[in-house]
Amino acid sequence: MSTSKLKGWKEIPIGGMILEAGNSARYETGGWRTFRPVMDRESCKNCLFCWIYCPDSAIAVENEKIKGIDLRYCKGCGVCAHECPANAIQMVEEAKL
Amino acid sequence: MGKPVAMTGNIAVANAMRQINPDVCAAYPITPSTEVMQQFASFVADGKVDTELVTVESEHSAMSACIGAAAAGGRVMTATSANGLALMWEMLYIASGNRLPIVMMVVNRALSAPINIHGDHSDGMGARDSGWIQFYSENAQEAYDNLIQAVVIGQNRDVRLPVMVGMDGFIISHSIENLELLSDQQVKDFIGEYIPLYPLLNIKQPVTFGPLDLQDYYSEHKRQQAEAMKLAKPVILKVAQDFAAVSGRKYGFFETYRLEDAEIAILTLGSSAGTARFVVDEARERGVKVGLIKLRLFRPFPMEELQAALGQVKALAVMDRCDSFGAAGGPVFSEVRSALYDLSPRPAVINYIYGLGGRDLGIAHIEQVIRDLQEIRQTGKVKELITYLTVRE
Repeated sequence: MSTSKLKGWKEIPIGGMILEAGNSARYETGGWRTFRPVMDRESCKNCLFCWIYCPDSAIAVENEKIKGIDLRYCKGCGVCAHECPANAIQMVEEAKL
Repeated sequence: MGKPVAMTGNIAVANAMRQINPDVCAAYPITPSTEVMQQFASFVADGKVDTELVTVESEHSAMSACIGAAAAGGRVMTATSANGLALMWEMLYIASGNRLPIVMMVVNRALSAPINIHGDHSDGMGARDSGWIQFYSENAQEAYDNLIQAVVIGQNRDVRLPVMVGMDGFIISHSIENLELLSDQQVKDFIGEYIPLYPLLNIKQPVTFGPLDLQDYYSEHKRQQAEAMKLAKPVILKVAQDFAAVSGRKYGFFETYRLEDAEIAILTLGSSAGTARFVVDEARERGVKVGLIKLRLFRPFPMEELQAALGQVKALAVMDRCDSFGAAGGPVFSEVRSALYDLSPRPAVINYIYGLGGRDLGIAHIEQVIRDLQEIRQTGKVKELITYLTVRE
């Protein structure tokens, strides 16, 4: 992180207050990830188990079908791969991708 | 001229709270502050105030409730003592870190162990770095006056800090004194309407209190707190000026007594100032050039002002009703002596630890201090830097 973009003490709200609602959407937590879920679209039956279990709402769904995985928020916990009844998700080490 | 009454310190403080009529009070009883909340609870029950009184299961919860209510946008108060204040410790930092102007009466008392319920300053001094503004009161009148001023100081937009007002347990809290109360309307006008800065209950502007604040911004928020303490100083003086206009009673960071031409001086805070003032008068009659400084404000510490007031003094005794074990003297001594370091010539300073656990400080003790100071004045030497004044050898 570049420190030059950070604000000084006179420019920020007092007491660490966050004055803007819903701004946590901008806090991308995908950088924490070691393993990435890789989905095999052929095997996926769109049962939405991964969507239900994902603790970070990182599974994108459109028209009741899995659209993909939002890697900006996926922390690589592997719950989706574990729960997938069709074995359509594999956890792959980020370094190997 | 206010209404003259005879009251204990605790009842006087409860009456200040009644006149302030805060939105929320958290109550958990601990000696010697119990009577404050007990009396205030009667005011609530009798409909004299429309405060929401929250009875909680510990002082930790009391301060937590205060923090929640203050974040919601309320004017919030509570009272505690000793171990109760110690149990609030982590919440004190959260109150100040979140910049919530909670006002708390601290009826100063010794901390266990061994168990002791009597007056000393160990509780307040233990919380001296928690980011709260701290006042100490000499008597019931000052406790009452300080508490009302604390409300206005804490809520000032430049300050936004919690404020604790101390008075000595039992010596003031349970003794009946004559004092003057302002009228309810005077207090109401003086404290004004409270306009919270970012109330959680304002659904038009949702905000977050107390988020995670790591290496990137924590230092900046602490720097803001330091600045708020600096900005509190002129606010405290302005509020004191406004208070004098209403009450006729004048307050500063400290009070000087016969200090103008003094060669030796005693610095103390709390109820012992009354005894010291009496002994100073006696010594003056004998021709001893001795003066007194009674510290009212301990946080923010009035360093520059003390330098200016004590510049001409040759020897100074700092009285601590609290020890700081293993430190370079009691908490007040360390700071006063540090403040005077830059003076040239600088006064010789000696520390007296006294009155722990409610041990009486008598006239003879202060006379001993004055004799010691006279010797230091003559020889220029402090024999024993830290002296235990009211302890048996």
